[in-house]
Amino acid sequence: MTDDRTFVIVGASQAGGWVANSLRSEGFEGKIILIGEEEHIPYERPPLSKEALLGDVSVESTYFWKKQTLEESKIDLRLGTRVSSIDRTAKKVITENGEEISFNKLAITTGARVRKLSIEGSQLPGVFYLRTIDDTLEIKNQITKGSNALIIGGGWIGLECAATLTKLGCKSIVVEAADRLCGRAVTPEISNWMLDYHSKNGVDIHLNTGIDIFQGKEKLESAVLSNGEKVDCTVAVVGIGVIPNSELAADAGLDVDNGIVVNEQTQTSDPDIYAAGDVANHPNAILRRRIRLESYENAQNQGIAAAKAMLGNSEPYSEIPWFWSDQFDANIQMIGIPENWDTTATRGKPENNEFVTFYLKNGVIDGAISINNPRDLRFGKRLMQEKKQVSVEDLSNMGIKLQALLRS
Amino acid sequence: MTDENIEFHAVATTSEVTEDEPKAVSIGRLDVGIYQLDGEFYAIDDICTHAYACMTDGYIEDGQIECPLHGACFDIKTGKALTAPATIDLRPYPVKVDGDQISVGVPKVDD
Repeated sequence: MTDDRTFVIVGASQAGGWVANSLRSEGFEGKIILIGEEEHIPYERPPLSKEALLGDVSVESTYFWKKQTLEESKIDLRLGTRVSSIDRTAKKVITENGEEISFNKLAITTGARVRKLSIEGSQLPGVFYLRTIDDTLEIKNQITKGSNALIIGGGWIGLECAATLTKLGCKSIVVEAADRLCGRAVTPEISNWMLDYHSKNGVDIHLNTGIDIFQGKEKLESAVLSNGEKVDCTVAVVGIGVIPNSELAADAGLDVDNGIVVNEQTQTSDPDIYAAGDVANHPNAILRRRIRLESYENAQNQGIAAAKAMLGNSEPYSEIPWFWSDQFDANIQMIGIPENWDTTATRGKPENNEFVTFYLKNGVIDGAISINNPRDLRFGKRLMQEKKQVSVEDLSNMGIKLQALLRS
Repeated sequence: MTDENIEFHAVATTSEVTEDEPKAVSIGRLDVGIYQLDGEFYAIDDICTHAYACMTDGYIEDGQIECPLHGACFDIKTGKALTAPATIDLRPYPVKVDGDQISVGVPKVDD
């Protein structure tokens, strides 16, 4: 018996790619149409601020799947195609060119776009954002060894960029409006560790500092900071956050509130429409609140969950959030979103750049951040999942293996 | 791969490889991880097929090794890629145990 249904996915992103591939691996035999605005098949974003910017890898190597693999899976790829609206009554998406594509079920995986600066000079060539492969290639073409690179925003993207541009021989200058680095994501002591680590690696960091104007005749030549200081620079990279691409859903009348509102099964307010990845705002049972995550793991696993849900699986999607970043020689990983902890335990030596800090609430791990110790962090995740009662003494004692605490 | 084309290398002792702590070894240009499961020893490629990471730094549970970087899981006995983001298997190698000596068989390299 053939399946004559058509499942359409808008957004050829990491999440969209996983929806498409998982539909097939879960046995869906109907038609799958994956529509993407960019000309690229789904690609990995982590290398864009690291290996791909350094020039160590090719663009093709960032693709999640080979084009041939997607074709063999009979995934109908429509690249360079922007969807302009969804007609929920007729169950069609309408592309910018007026093409109408009918669906039985639809997944929206449109991700997020960079938040832009609108200050004097922000249109000058040399002012960049980093979100896409094309952004990376453009930045790479513009940088010259020995020149100043100004980075606006001391978050993950800004700091990864600062590290890579330093490796490429630029002088990286980071301005951050808040009083600490990565303030939205990490705890104050980790912010301090990052400040110290980047400073030791030659990055010039200015906290409590914004940007007033970019200057230059035909292209960027300098910038004036909020403290009045003028900085010469040939390149500026702005990393001040992203905005979910939820307009398509909002225009179609779906519930939207900091992203597309979905239930535990990634279903939107229309039961035939699903959403996953950076654009989706889901109820997380572990965090006991709604959250929109901007992470690799969420884009992948929520995409897989959406595919299963589209096929009738009712298993809820709820995972402990997990993030990572690579900056210079530090692999930074985080589990949970530690809030309201009552005590902390540090395992290892921060001064050696190899440690994990656990955040505990009532004797249970509420989150953790590791620097160059992914293994202990992983055991921490397991302890957190099982809500094990643990003591600061045991967690901090390198003589006690964390796997032993799991068994106790 | 026939037997004549495989060369065994003594690379570890049984006490160096526990259920919790695998051992990473280099054999020529190959990076291999040696594991113990239920008293048996297994050897698979140590570099994740998805991105550059040493699998032996990962997390072991239920006969699977989870990559420390991006969380892909592989079957320790067969090297089979079990979860995203990996789609390519790790290569398994034959293992011989003689007394407390563990040897791993890898393809012969012509000098």
